[in-house]
Amino acid sequence: MSVVEWETVVGLEVHCELETATKLFCGCRNAFGDEPNTNICPVCLGLPGSLPVLNRQAVEFAMRIGAALHCDVRPSIFHRKNYFYPDMPKDYQISQYDEPINVEGWLELPDGSRVGIERAHMEEDTGKTTHVGTSGRIHGADYALVDYNRAGVPLVEIVSKPDIRSAEQARAYVSELRAILLAVGVSDARMEEGSLRVDANVSVRHAGSDQYGTRCEVKNMNSLRSLGRAVDYEVARQVALLEAGERVVQETRHWDEDDGRTHSLRSKEEAFDYRYFPEPDLVPVAPSPDWVASVRAALPALPAERRVALASRAGVAPADVATVVSLGLDELVTSAIDAGADPRLALARAGNEVAADIERAPSLEAAAFARVLAMEGEGRLTATQSKQVLGELLASGGDPEEIARAHGFEAMADDSLAAVVDEMIAAHPAEADRLRRGESKLTGFFVGKVMAITAGKADGKAVTRLLRERLG
Amino acid sequence: MTAAATASSVRTGERRAREVVEEALSLVESGDGALHAFNNVLIEEALAAADEVDRRVAAGVDPGPLAGVPVALKDNLCTRGVATTCSSRILDGWRPPYDATVVARLRDAGAVVVGKTNMDEFAMGSSTENSAFGPTRNPCDPSRVPGGSSGGSAAAVAAGFVPVALGSDTGGSIRQPAALCGVVGVKPTYGLVSRYGLVAFASSLDQIGPFAATVEDAALALEVIAGHDPCDSTSIAEPAPSLVAVLGDGVEGLRVGVVRELTDGCDADVRARLAEAVAGLESAGAKVEEVSVPAAAYGLSAYYLIAPAEASSNLARYDGVRYGLRVQGTDVAAMYGRTRAAGFGPEVKRRIMLGTYALSAGYYDAYYGQAQRVRTLIIRDFDAAYRDHDLLVSPTTPTTAFPIGAKADDPLAMYLSDVCTVPSNLAGQPAMTVPFGRGDDGLPVGVQVLAPARGEAVMFRAAAVLEAHAP
Repeated sequence: MSVVEWETVVGLEVHCELETATKLFCGCRNAFGDEPNTNICPVCLGLPGSLPVLNRQAVEFAMRIGAALHCDVRPSIFHRKNYFYPDMPKDYQISQYDEPINVEGWLELPDGSRVGIERAHMEEDTGKTTHVGTSGRIHGADYALVDYNRAGVPLVEIVSKPDIRSAEQARAYVSELRAILLAVGVSDARMEEGSLRVDANVSVRHAGSDQYGTRCEVKNMNSLRSLGRAVDYEVARQVALLEAGERVVQETRHWDEDDGRTHSLRSKEEAFDYRYFPEPDLVPVAPSPDWVASVRAALPALPAERRVALASRAGVAPADVATVVSLGLDELVTSAIDAGADPRLALARAGNEVAADIERAPSLEAAAFARVLAMEGEGRLTATQSKQVLGELLASGGDPEEIARAHGFEAMADDSLAAVVDEMIAAHPAEADRLRRGESKLTGFFVGKVMAITAGKADGKAVTRLLRERLG
Repeated sequence: MTAAATASSVRTGERRAREVVEEALSLVESGDGALHAFNNVLIEEALAAADEVDRRVAAGVDPGPLAGVPVALKDNLCTRGVATTCSSRILDGWRPPYDATVVARLRDAGAVVVGKTNMDEFAMGSSTENSAFGPTRNPCDPSRVPGGSSGGSAAAVAAGFVPVALGSDTGGSIRQPAALCGVVGVKPTYGLVSRYGLVAFASSLDQIGPFAATVEDAALALEVIAGHDPCDSTSIAEPAPSLVAVLGDGVEGLRVGVVRELTDGCDADVRARLAEAVAGLESAGAKVEEVSVPAAAYGLSAYYLIAPAEASSNLARYDGVRYGLRVQGTDVAAMYGRTRAAGFGPEVKRRIMLGTYALSAGYYDAYYGQAQRVRTLIIRDFDAAYRDHDLLVSPTTPTTAFPIGAKADDPLAMYLSDVCTVPSNLAGQPAMTVPFGRGDDGLPVGVQVLAPARGEAVMFRAAAVLEAHAP
């Protein structure tokens, strides 16, 4: 029996809610979390006689996405996608079908790989159904409540080509796409809140084959982590089937976060016939070349470009700045470096401490951030103290010096630290002797002792230096 | 009394709107029992609106060009707070929270809505027999149908209850009943009148238009309801055309074509009236000749794919979830099924099934796609005819009004009543019917005037000439 190597093939469909002021086809407020059924009108409720009117801002946002994904932005039309569902007021969704606004683009990941974009089209969101009853699930629910606030919220569905070759790359793709959506200012792109929703088309094939295997569409992943797990699970499931001599059945599968498996939702035969036809209530969308050009011209620097810029400023590889850029912290880091901060320290503090409180990051002043880094660089704050000061700056603002003072994070001057070190050497002659003879692990012993005596105010690096000066 | 005369007497204070409306309401009360033109007569609302018009006149404010004119609305036009049924059980209990744009414009022009008129359910039919509330009778002969689907509005004008009514025309639903009831009926250029608030049947074909006893009243009403509406994306971004002002301009020098494909299959008496109408146009100085619009012959076939296809989608929303009828079921799918089974009549169900089939995977190209190609050909052939002609004419219907029940069990025979009117909807071009004499059975015959897109002004000029020459 020969060992077959399998290749993972993934294409992703990402739905992104646009942060327009109003909905796609009416003037209702587009807002998340409002009292149910308050942002509604005859149009988004699909009342008899109502008609859609396209939101210009949504078109502009869709064009920005297309431009950022290097797509051909072109004239398009809307279709009706017909199927019955209680949270869809008209029992059809106005969407784009064979003439979408954006086609044929690509996205570059931090590792330099490119994923093709098949299309990025506009459509309206549905309402939201909550099944109420003992089980909390569709089956066994006593009744359902529908909130139509979301009905008619503009979406752009971004469909990748099947260019993704691993769960890790799938995650990197979504994370890069998210960074782009944030950069161009069209969405808050939160997977957890559903403003970014990812479906994965997963198949496997023999490595080196140019044929695609039968794919399954996996739905219901609501974090990057679950996307990765779901793709890994689905690949393993399909490989197991094929290695057992069975076939993969084309179907839609539901990812269950709790049991870590995908479950069959509906087969190809049960798939809806959406009976697409051109939406007669809307006219073709034909953005003028000038408009398209102005959207392209107004695009901000995109993550890939910003990674290159920051990497060269910091003297590191582009992949090392991916997190910071994807979180939009590159300006913060750049200005800290400009103010003299150590680039690696700036990247580390931004990528860890600031990233950990990303909600508050926008309120962090670049000058204050640079000041903390400077204090740490000068040895006036230990790493632990620096992180603590940064945490407080993020939480409640203020002046780094004052925060440090308030905590008693007075920098220990070298001479007083040296005195403590000498004291410790004297108190532990045997250990000092062993360190002198080259037993370097005893450095940790002395640093620990100094830290304990100084209640953590000593800079570990300084202690190490002082020990080396004394014990060689 | 015409709408024009009524409005001018109310505007000058000669008559009170209250009197005019009371008179209309009393005519409806005494006469509509036998006809059933109305689904709902709005006595209190109408009197209140009339009083408001009178208050404006008293305050020296002009209530508008339709001051105090009683109007009837087809029951598929949304009226704020007032049931809008489409003559269907499925909208049971639904009251729109808004007025259709045309309704708002009528009110703003001083018109007084006196009631909602009967129709074929969701405008699907040609006789007003497909109403959940029973048929409307033709005022010219109550044993006959008034035509449809806007039969109630046609009958309300023909009976003299109101001088003006609105209907909707998807394949002839204004012109055919207007012809069968002996009144004027206008299907404007697609996009001239906002569809906002018209309950959709087939969105790419539906247009709202007026019924009136005279060409002038039809022109007056159309001027009021036409014009750009930002709430309808398919609305033409132009102001309403000036129509009343051109009614006396005549047809001297106009080139008129008689459309062979829309004439040959019509009854002899209908064709005889058309010949007299043509003679009238010629005597007024028009040059008339026969013309061919070959693709028009396929209009009905294309129409009965496109209209049901759009309808199958437009009517999906009547699912019992949000408004209207709900028949409970064991789960959502069962509730949908039971609600729609109970709520829709047989013709609506037939068309939903036809349309669903026509759009299905694997059939789309052969049916819906092919029908759209025919539509393109029809437009092309009309355009060709309009290169050499300013206007076209034909009979409005192949026959005069048929007896109630005569075609009720034969959908195809019923569909054929729209053979002359359907092509204008497919082409998006305007057409109107003017009563022109009677058939051998003594019932009204209508002559149809067709014009190129946005050719309403020239169309109305010819209509005025025909009206003047009518026997």
